[in-house]
Amino acid sequence: MEVTSISEGIIIDHVPAGTALKVLNYLNIDPATTRLALIMNATSHQYESKDIIKIEGDVDIDLDVLGLVARQATVDVVHGGRIVEKLSPTLPEHVTNVITCVNPRCVTTIERGIKQRFHLSNSERVEYRCDYCDEEAKL
Amino acid sequence: MSLSAAQASSNSSPSKDFIGKSVVTLDDLTTEQIELLLRKAQYIDANRKLVSHTCDGRIIATLFYEPSTRTRLSFETAMLRLGGQVIGFAGAQLASVSKGESIADTLKTVENFVDVVAIRHPKEGAALVASHAVNIPVINAGDGGHMHPTQTLADLCTLQSRFGRINNLTVGLCGDLTFGRTVHSLIETLCRFGNVNFVLISPDELKTPQYVIDRINATDSCTYVEVKDLVSVIGDLDVLYMTRVQQERFFNEDDYLRLRDTYILDEDKMRLAKKDMAVLHPLPRVNEISVDVDGDPRAAYFEQVKNGMLMRMALECSVLGDELPGFDPDGIDAVNTKEVAA
Repeated sequence: MEVTSISEGIIIDHVPAGTALKVLNYLNIDPATTRLALIMNATSHQYESKDIIKIEGDVDIDLDVLGLVARQATVDVVHGGRIVEKLSPTLPEHVTNVITCVNPRCVTTIERGIKQRFHLSNSERVEYRCDYCDEEAKL
Repeated sequence: MSLSAAQASSNSSPSKDFIGKSVVTLDDLTTEQIELLLRKAQYIDANRKLVSHTCDGRIIATLFYEPSTRTRLSFETAMLRLGGQVIGFAGAQLASVSKGESIADTLKTVENFVDVVAIRHPKEGAALVASHAVNIPVINAGDGGHMHPTQTLADLCTLQSRFGRINNLTVGLCGDLTFGRTVHSLIETLCRFGNVNFVLISPDELKTPQYVIDRINATDSCTYVEVKDLVSVIGDLDVLYMTRVQQERFFNEDDYLRLRDTYILDEDKMRLAKKDMAVLHPLPRVNEISVDVDGDPRAAYFEQVKNGMLMRMALECSVLGDELPGFDPDGIDAVNTKEVAA
């Protein structure tokens, strides 16, 4: 399968296979209004299979959010048809208004105007917990 | 009265750093501050008349959005015994929340009336929301199944008074170890002091959550075993912490009824225990401890209630920055053992 290269934009590579749409959702990128190419379940030497997201144009993605949902992903910044920068997301210590607490007993279910805040509780297991109720996040 | 963070942090010490501090979980306190509270509680108990005007002119608001007998009375009595006064409500139906007011708005209103707030709320994390909303100290009096730090302080005080230490103990925790917030908090806090062997006694359905086990594993000097049978381990324990299977934490009535009577501590089991073992329970009990055990000198659960009040007295005056007359916060031998005339 061949997908035309982009001249300006970013390539998010090594996205866990089958999760590209979820990653776009977390990154708040609407595939209906963005010029992009998705390659899903491509062959990967490192991970056997992977997804790739190519986004054309001036894109600003939140590397913290990417680290949250696709820790192994890499980001290539393309300028003038060449990769000019490679970025790796890191696991953010804190995440605000990205995940929603699923605990029905959590105060976030009733308190108006409250931010959904999570903290990294175990980096090996990529485990985040709600700042308010300590419920583990469901990613 | 609240002090700014800058004021509170100047000349940092466990005592000064307390001033204006909210206590949502015990992680908000250093181990030095917890030890300071233990010493203050012991001092207060020995000097009740002397400390009875420590908080003159102060007012605490007890905002209890769900039923509680012991905890609310304990917070209120603590302030009254320090010379302060109490306002508040018990039951959300009496409060503006019944008109749809948010926790933050209620706290911002009450902040104008009082010096310190104790809040109990059925939603987990409510005390954190409350503490973020105001500039006066907020003490978590229980937020759903999440945290109840002053209960843990009562537990620690009871261990201290029974054994003269809160480490180098074998602590058995029995019953509902999944939803029992007091159990989680006690384990996590004891891990901070180290040298505790935990014996976790529960049915499979009510085992200790992984994040609590992780906390034990992360503490080199602490160990744990998980067992189902209380009788087989009771003879090894210095402390037996019994818990109630809480109906309000179950979505399924059948599960509650099935697990409710798994462990019942009675005289027969007590005969197998050490002579100086202490039986603790956060109360209220249902039937997990037979009333026959109440007369046993090893039963420490009503003593816990008294210790809870003493620790709340220590906490309230500490966050307000009101010094106990005659108490030396830096003195190793600050605790008086005899009542000093007021």
